[in-house]
Amino acid sequence: MNKKAYERITGAFAHGKAFIPFITGGDPSLEMTKKLIVAMEEAGADLIEIGLPFSDPIAEGPVIQEATYRALTGGCTTDQLFDAVKEVRETVKIPLVFLTYINSVFSYGKEAFMKRCVECGIDGLIVPDLPFEEKGEIREICQEYGIAIISLIAPTSKDRIKAIAREAEGFIYVVSSLGVTGVRNEITTDVKEMTDMVRQVTDVPCAIGFGISRPDQATQMARVSDGAIVGSAIVRLIGEYKEGCIPAVTAYVKEMKAAVMEG
Amino acid sequence: MENGKYGVFGGQYVPETLMTAVHEVEEAYEKYKADPQFQAELETLMKDYAGRPSLLYYAEKMTKDLGGAKIYLKREDLNHTGSHKINNVLGQVLLAKKMGKTRVIAETGAGQHGVATATAAALMGMECEVFMGKEDTDRQALNVFRMELLGAKVHAVTSGTMTLKDAVNETMREWSRRVDDTLYVLGSVMGPHPFPMMVRDFQKIIGKEIKEQMLEREGRLPDAVLACVGGGSNAMGAFYEFIPDASVALIGCEAAGLGVDTGKHAATIAKGRPGIFHGMKSLFCQNEDGQIEPVYSLSAGLDYPGIGPEHAHLAETGRATYVPVTDEEAVSAFEYLSRTEGIIPALESAHAVAHARKIAPDMAKDQIIVVNLSGRGDKDVAAIARYRGVELYE
Repeated sequence: MNKKAYERITGAFAHGKAFIPFITGGDPSLEMTKKLIVAMEEAGADLIEIGLPFSDPIAEGPVIQEATYRALTGGCTTDQLFDAVKEVRETVKIPLVFLTYINSVFSYGKEAFMKRCVECGIDGLIVPDLPFEEKGEIREICQEYGIAIISLIAPTSKDRIKAIAREAEGFIYVVSSLGVTGVRNEITTDVKEMTDMVRQVTDVPCAIGFGISRPDQATQMARVSDGAIVGSAIVRLIGEYKEGCIPAVTAYVKEMKAAVMEG
Repeated sequence: MENGKYGVFGGQYVPETLMTAVHEVEEAYEKYKADPQFQAELETLMKDYAGRPSLLYYAEKMTKDLGGAKIYLKREDLNHTGSHKINNVLGQVLLAKKMGKTRVIAETGAGQHGVATATAAALMGMECEVFMGKEDTDRQALNVFRMELLGAKVHAVTSGTMTLKDAVNETMREWSRRVDDTLYVLGSVMGPHPFPMMVRDFQKIIGKEIKEQMLEREGRLPDAVLACVGGGSNAMGAFYEFIPDASVALIGCEAAGLGVDTGKHAATIAKGRPGIFHGMKSLFCQNEDGQIEPVYSLSAGLDYPGIGPEHAHLAETGRATYVPVTDEEAVSAFEYLSRTEGIIPALESAHAVAHARKIAPDMAKDQIIVVNLSGRGDKDVAAIARYRGVELYE
């Protein structure tokens, strides 16, 4: 049980470079979240990151903030999102992880939350406001339930990278830029330097996120890592096309998957 | 060393991008805390610029009128910029300068902390940007102009509920964009370690002075120290020195808005529950799903859905007690102190005055209450007029 979740996650990187799309759960509706997960898997997504909406997402830029707002005003709750994931889990085979702020887990009850993750097929958690020093908050309970905690490293991490990487499981989320999530024209950080440092201590795959929207950026990032994560660009398509977003998102995921494979 | 924890509360729950910056502040603060030159510079600023020590004033008319305990007012309203906020910003902006930073950023609710930060930045030659909820920039247009006058750039925050908590979110986001040359000057005893400790240390001069002044005047300690609580910086500053003195009751006055059972309040200790937000584990007003709830108080400075972790700990251990005070009680105390003593208190501070009015009559005449008058009320006059039905705008 214990090893399964991160083995599943790491498995997403086994067929070449991975493409990891992000969507905000419940945006524009839970029905659409289910359809999007299925469609993105079919379009070639290797792992899907689902945002559990939180009222105050301090690591997000405006695009995902607005999606979160839409999801919450649409009435999306933690339990409803778990139920939706459980439903699609019957057919979806790729790993699914939640991006959640720590208060959502804490407030739900840490153990109850992990139980629901297991029951609904959530393999891991990305918790942007839970740095290495505070991982103890959920480390043991995650181990007990076999849920991976995906570690993040940032351009400011420097000396911290090795310590973080040593404890990493599933994959390492390499934050490409300073600031919050959102589309950027250019990624100026020396990401390779970061992934090289990770490689010195672990084989856990690295995927790069923050700021990636175009295929050429995805190719470039995949060249120095094991995959690319794209959030805001997809969430923007969903915001634009709403209930009719499936064809646009499918086409985009296909294009981006092809782009990372070139990397 | 407290390691940033106060019992189960506190901690450093911030994104990885900010961890290096937070550690940098922690190290710098530990270094300069022990540096006699830094302390001497700060002391000079406090004395010559802020006007410390602030007076401890015996409110004789109020005491006689209430007919019970003797009431003293700690006059933080007489500080430069008109509130206790100056104590903290002088400390933090001086620290920023020592750290080689050239730019400070800050959140503000009503504008008091923003004005104080802009003031200290002007004095010490730092670039300053203040984030303020759009709701608040509209309500407090005068303070926006005041900050601009002091050379600061004010950003109206349009995300979320467009109030103080969103201003904090946006300042954190901005800090994560630009950490190298920038220090986030947090306005209260909240956020990730070391901020709750550092802000308390810069504010503890309030309680230290109260103790000295009280011993000099009365030859003994007070029976109770009262202070209003939003994030909790003036209360923490007033309480800290008295924590070991078990005979001194420490009473925090929370904003109950329209009443704690109306859903329109900011009474975190009365109505909140444990959570993790804005970098700290503490108590927060939140719904069953852990979504932070909008809070309400007529007083913009208490309009915050959380409370500093050390207060959460003092509440849990019972060392301090926290009581809710409604808008109506606070406004009435605002008017009362103005008429009785000729002192117009900040609406925030009026919450503590209101509680003193409640408890003083039942106390013995030889007992002593100190009310921390954290700020002056000039900024609130228009709002009070409107509350009383007079259409007055600044």
